[in-house]
Amino acid sequence: MVKPTRVTNRIRALRFERGEMTQAELADRIGVTRQTVIAIEQGRYSPSLEMAFRIAHVLGVRLDDVFQYPEEETP
Amino acid sequence: MTHEEKRAWIMLVTAVLAYAAYVVVVLRRAGDTALTDVPYAGALLWTVGGAIVANIVLEIGLGVVNPRASRAKDVRDREIGRLGDHVGQAFVVIGAVSAMLMALAEWDFFWIANVIYLCFVLSSVLGSVTKVLVYRGSLPQW
Repeated sequence: MVKPTRVTNRIRALRFERGEMTQAELADRIGVTRQTVIAIEQGRYSPSLEMAFRIAHVLGVRLDDVFQYPEEETP
Repeated sequence: MTHEEKRAWIMLVTAVLAYAAYVVVVLRRAGDTALTDVPYAGALLWTVGGAIVANIVLEIGLGVVNPRASRAKDVRDREIGRLGDHVGQAFVVIGAVSAMLMALAEWDFFWIANVIYLCFVLSSVLGSVTKVLVYRGSLPQW
């Protein structure tokens, strides 16, 4: 079944905390197009685990500081 | 807009226009005669060839009009490309199976050629529409 991603991220906020890094600069450093960075920031695309780690490394933070996933409700 | 999204738009537009031109030519030639008696082969080959040439020319034109535009292709482009091709592929199979069954039932060549052409066009159109929609929205999660 097709369902929207529940992964959220703080890439935009972290870019600005890192000297207003542009989307193009981040895209260049992780090896994707600027459109892909835009799609990730807007939650329209979930990156692979490897790309997620690359984003975290470039932004100089841990993976879970960049990406969040809501807690599952336990019955 | 990525280079791959522009290519999807070009494929969509050329496929629709070429097939529309073919349908118009065949229906004009038909008049009061039966469709199976209409000379369609030339129009079919010219529109298929024309669509391929138009695709190539428009892609080259993109590079000429905006030579600084990035032609980079990343993992998201490849995932979207695969999804679009997967959707389009279904119609190639439907066309092949339909043509096989029509040949076994000894239908007129006109219908066999046209069901194959229609399914090729649907394959291109739906594959391209899928790519454009996913570029504009989000890649579905299963």
